[in-house]
Amino acid sequence: MTTRYSFGGDEHIFVECDESMSLEAFFKGMSITTALRDARIRGVTEICPANASFQVRFDPDVIAPDAMMAELKALEAAAQSAPSTLETRIIEVPVFYNDPWTYETGQRFRERHQDPTSTDIEYTARINNLDGVDGFIKAHSGAPWFVSMVGFVAGLPFLYQMVDRPRQIQSPKYLRPRTDTPRLTVGHGGCFACIYSVRGAGGYQMFGITPMPIYDPNQTVPYLRDFMCLFKPGDIVKWKPIGREEYDQTVAEVDAGRWMPRIAPVTFSLTDFQADIDGTNARIMEALNGH
Amino acid sequence: MAINVLKPGLSTTVQDLGRPGYYHIGIPTSGGMDMLSLAAANLLVGNAAGDAVLEAVFLGPELEFTADATVAVTGADMPPKVDDQEQATWTSFKVRKGQVLSFGFLKAGARAYIAVSGGIDVPVVLGSRSTYTLGALGGFKGRKLEAGDVLPVGAGKGAAEGRCLPEALRRKPQMPAELRMLPGLYWHRITEGAGARFFEDTWKVAPEADRIGYRFKAGQPLEFVARDQPFGAGSDPSNIVDACYPYGSVQVPGGTEPIVLHRDAVSGGGYFMVGTVISADMDLIGQLQPHTPTRFVKVTMQEALAARADRKRVLDGIAATLS
Repeated sequence: MTTRYSFGGDEHIFVECDESMSLEAFFKGMSITTALRDARIRGVTEICPANASFQVRFDPDVIAPDAMMAELKALEAAAQSAPSTLETRIIEVPVFYNDPWTYETGQRFRERHQDPTSTDIEYTARINNLDGVDGFIKAHSGAPWFVSMVGFVAGLPFLYQMVDRPRQIQSPKYLRPRTDTPRLTVGHGGCFACIYSVRGAGGYQMFGITPMPIYDPNQTVPYLRDFMCLFKPGDIVKWKPIGREEYDQTVAEVDAGRWMPRIAPVTFSLTDFQADIDGTNARIMEALNGH
Repeated sequence: MAINVLKPGLSTTVQDLGRPGYYHIGIPTSGGMDMLSLAAANLLVGNAAGDAVLEAVFLGPELEFTADATVAVTGADMPPKVDDQEQATWTSFKVRKGQVLSFGFLKAGARAYIAVSGGIDVPVVLGSRSTYTLGALGGFKGRKLEAGDVLPVGAGKGAAEGRCLPEALRRKPQMPAELRMLPGLYWHRITEGAGARFFEDTWKVAPEADRIGYRFKAGQPLEFVARDQPFGAGSDPSNIVDACYPYGSVQVPGGTEPIVLHRDAVSGGGYFMVGTVISADMDLIGQLQPHTPTRFVKVTMQEALAARADRKRVLDGIAATLS
């Protein structure tokens, strides 16, 4: 893992922890950005963690670009010994896989897809050697996912599948991005899942839809009253497959302001995860299921 | 005091100096694309430089005033009219109760800034009145104006009419345009020849140019340095493991059409970037019309900082002249 620094114009420094995605690269970025936040350096205006990189926005009238760069490099050296443990939470996200709305959208933009004759979920199942749609849903929802970045648009989480690399689902993005994606679509590009927080353009494969709002600028959704975005980096997600009936019920409950997601606190240790992936995931699931 | 929106224009939004601090969760700063013009319009009418104004792109709105106010229009050359009487841009004028402010055709630039004494008084959301339409956040109900909207205006007696910003303190829209860029980020992904041609080529502003970003076309496709794609990035050579996008960063999906991200930027994604347009030139982008021939000009950090200082001197000059 070689860290690469670059100026993004006169107001940003971009730091790539690794070219490839891994939880190790995410944790390296997280330990540096945490140290940077704690250091309270004058002139730092925004700290944006990403999957395997991060970005710092600064005011060059307050701190010179070279001085800002030197501060970051010093923090990287100090962050090497940071513990790789995270006090976080696990959130259950219901998903109606293979739903009619993302199917319809996928058909509308079929000429922009690698395989115009199939659906996104069938295509991704095939190229990942999974046993059709059912096999795909089992693989996708079997293990938890780690929120390694929030962004693109307001509150959209990027999620990294918590399984060993050979089992990670991978898919290309659409050949050309769509101009439309249903709100709350569960998507996938490269190795990342995402939840589209708002309706709009997108290039990720579309597998399903969740009835659970994750962004509410009006803050009327009960669990978004404290803040309008649900997710933050480090959150862990467990997909729960649901059918049409439960989807419709949940939407009605959400609209009535009665529905609450299942969320439980959990401690995540990267070292434990590296040593025993399935065992660590089982303990995380116990936190959610209250055993 | 309120303003009745009779016609909304093409895409008119409430903007101020923006909403920094939430980019890490995907909420961009928003705010006026041409901040110098926004500040000048406010100062002309006696507002604070960062009060909320209307940003009108290509086609102005028609606005009926329910009380007397001082108004100034800056930025694009789009002549304001009060009950069909043409008014000067970059100059304060009075609009009386019951009068209608409308606009003639756009002559130059792209975005007009309409400041009203007292400022547009929509609720402050996350520290700003700016509209972020993609997230339906801030501004007037999180969206562009529509006919029938009633815009609240703050209290403020307003400056005198006839206050004018000297020509020397106005930044004119460029035609053709030059945008200064600091190469970097994923510059190493393209070949030396492609890098040289990127700066030699004359690009053209594409029709897909909005507050999120400006797309450019008509240059030569970029050739990539061959590599095995890193895990998680996706298979196209222009793909990276999804990362943050700086404001002003220049991404080139598929290596074909550069996109410069602006105030409503998507905060991150999976396309490589060749560098970043310097902060001093962001205002200029907001005034570019589609089809404007544009060159990217390579600069060093020292040149970027000098340009930044020049811009600040202009802003200080505007404030000093209009205080």
